[in-house]
Amino acid sequence: MKPNRIFMKGILYDNPVFIQMLGMCPVLAVTNTAFNGFGMGMATTAVLVGSNTVISLIKQFIPSKIRIPSFIVVIATFVTIVGMLLRAYLPALNEALGIFIPLIVVNCLILARAESFASKNSTPGSIIDGLGMGLGFTAALVVLGIVREWLGVGTIFGQAVMWSTFEPARFMSMPPGAFLALGLLLAGFNKIMSKDLNEL
Amino acid sequence: MNISSLFVILISAILVNNFVLSRFLGICPFLGVSKQVETAFGMGMAVTFVMAMASIITYLVQILILDNLGIQYMQTIAFILVIASLVQLVEMIIQKTSPTLYQSLGVFLPLITTNCAVLGLTILNISQDFNMIESIFHAIGAAIGFSLAIVLFAAIRERLELAHVPKAFKGFPIALITASLMSLAFLGFAGLV
Repeated sequence: MKPNRIFMKGILYDNPVFIQMLGMCPVLAVTNTAFNGFGMGMATTAVLVGSNTVISLIKQFIPSKIRIPSFIVVIATFVTIVGMLLRAYLPALNEALGIFIPLIVVNCLILARAESFASKNSTPGSIIDGLGMGLGFTAALVVLGIVREWLGVGTIFGQAVMWSTFEPARFMSMPPGAFLALGLLLAGFNKIMSKDLNEL
Repeated sequence: MNISSLFVILISAILVNNFVLSRFLGICPFLGVSKQVETAFGMGMAVTFVMAMASIITYLVQILILDNLGIQYMQTIAFILVIASLVQLVEMIIQKTSPTLYQSLGVFLPLITTNCAVLGLTILNISQDFNMIESIFHAIGAAIGFSLAIVLFAAIRERLELAHVPKAFKGFPIALITASLMSLAFLGFAGLV
């Protein structure tokens, strides 16, 4: 497969959130603001690129029976590194994401890419795959974050975008709003995709 | 520590801070294994067992190993290994005792390892400074809360299968909107404790 094809697969055709529905916990939990969504997406991308690189390098040394525990240890190592870096350099973001930073370990997306891509492909391909999937994940989180922050607080990335008498619907920043916003976004995505297929 | 504080931990984990509907932990099995009430119930039971055991063992690991040696930064790695071995054990038990349940849980059984509700619970136990007894009550509450949400949701989805929904909303979108309404209902418990 061509590199740009691998890359675009993650961003669009095989988008982790909108198509594959993987790693939904952070998608719903930390998208109350666009910035939190962006931070979570970048942290996940960093772990994904790291784990894909290492796993594709050591794939021939891992016995297939214990491959899942081995993948998890590699992933957990990168999560620990990213967690320490965040705590040292971006303490405010670390505070906002809270428990969801250590929980990147159990993000199904990362394990799925290790199992279905990095353990079967070359290192450069795996890095591109990690980048594509990670940025696709980030894009989905940012879109959801923008919608929820816009409707729930009336700002986008902290900038006021609505008129001064706008009453934000606090509901959208709270848990039910996360489910609702993602449900409606997915329905919209389905609608657009089905139209495209009919026209082709 | 008295009985009432344990009761508060239990109730708040079941209703107020429901793991699925307000903490967003364990969304994958919540959306994936909730098409039939029976499967959902089996999943709930398996998760209950893993959660209770995991919170006891990780508590001991934290106190005896990590705190003792001053290597708290190894927490994530240590805890996920404990959970992975426990899940392996549960899988073997279910396979021996109930092959039908084993079949219907399918791929989601090994996936309890990557169920963030379990790892989330053990990390929350430590970060909220719970002692052993409190951790166990927190685990039971979390597990009941998870099972309650997933079984209720499965019952609604069984009915949704027969309902007429717009084509674009079929499947996950309508499920998420249903979850949103359930979460809204659970928000009503907010003033309870």
